Amino acid sequence: MKGLVVALLVIGVLVVAIGGWAVGIYNGLIGLEQDVNEKWAQVQNVYQRRADLVPNLVETVKGFAAQERSVLTEVTEARARASGVQLTPEALNDPNAMERFQAAQGQLSGALSRLLVTVERYPELRSNENFLTLQSQLEGTENRIAVERRRFNESVRDYNTRVARFPAAVVARLAGFTPKAFFEATPDAATPPKVKF
Amino acid sequence: MNDYARLLAADARQRLESRLAEREGATGVQMVIAVFPSLEGESLEDVGIRVAERWRVGDPRLDNGVILLVFVQERRVRMEVGYGLEPVLPDAVAARIIREVIGPPFREERYAAGLEAAVDAVFARIETGGEPAEPAPGARVSPWTLGLLAVFGVLVLVLTRQALSRDRRARRRAYTAGGHHGWSSPTVIVPPMWGGLGGGRRGGGGFRGGGFRTGGGSFGGGGASGSW
Repeated sequence: MKGLVVALLVIGVLVVAIGGWAVGIYNGLIGLEQDVNEKWAQVQNVYQRRADLVPNLVETVKGFAAQERSVLTEVTEARARASGVQLTPEALNDPNAMERFQAAQGQLSGALSRLLVTVERYPELRSNENFLTLQSQLEGTENRIAVERRRFNESVRDYNTRVARFPAAVVARLAGFTPKAFFEATPDAATPPKVKF
Repeated sequence: MNDYARLLAADARQRLESRLAEREGATGVQMVIAVFPSLEGESLEDVGIRVAERWRVGDPRLDNGVILLVFVQERRVRMEVGYGLEPVLPDAVAARIIREVIGPPFREERYAAGLEAAVDAVFARIETGGEPAEPAPGARVSPWTLGLLAVFGVLVLVLTRQALSRDRRARRRAYTAGGHHGWSSPTVIVPPMWGGLGGGRRGGGGFRGGGFRTGGGSFGGGGASGSW
């Protein structure tokens, strides 16, 4: 009889042990996932900041170079498209959604580059105080975007590593944690739109 | 003030350091200036944010640090502004300071004068520019503390349970077992401590530069670059 009690006790302790460990892993994953979501919110924040600069930029350029209509409309349209592609935290597991988001923002980056190149031909515009302010704000925002993207990728890497490692992977699979998508570096997005005079 | 390129004379460096320390005492904002001989092929913004993350200038609750980096060979300057100071010292203002306050003296090789003027301009802006960001509410309890408390709590529970038990052998085990043999529950609770570490991790520790105390402030990439 005693042997049975001991056996049951041992099994009980084992169950509690494994349960406790699993809960620990689960909570850890929740924590890492929260970090990823937080970093993602920051990324969207800085992209929004860039989008907010565009109307002012377009107006300023129009004041000096209204004939550059194609470039200006390109920027305005790219901005509208980029603002339309938002990514909820749930969609972070979907690489296609991430790709779409990146593509939309990449188009805006390209349009802004072309606009700044066009501006080079207008010396009055280049030295305009308002334009200089906007340009430094744009550069600052592009830098912030680069920083927040890097921090987001780091948090995704930590999360993905945790999800993939054994034996945590078992818990992850059962609880429904899947790897998340990274921000890939696209060739045109690698260098932010910058003009050196 | 770290002059790795020996751009300034010793007395000019001293003057700058005392000015920076005095301004920090008066406003609470920590500004650090570092002069490097060369970028060595790195991108200016990359180096800027890496230095900012390593040195962590400024108060951790207010994120009110400013870092001014000078690269002599490439003739480029970068100012990194902490998260908390961004409303007061926006990118456009930082760019203007670099362009108008640092540029002209530097072009005439009057480096000390340029740097002193920059310090004055930055702090003038900070003092007149409005309120810095509010400190983050509440203190941050490190996951380590929570984990240790959990382990401690469980140990107390297990010990009292065994002490109260009628089985004499179990009671003796509770008093004498100081190590790993005797029970298995504590080793179960340790994993949550590891698991909970993920969210609280920050960048590396403090780099002890010349004459400043690393505060723990964080930076988001705000600020401006320029050249002379």
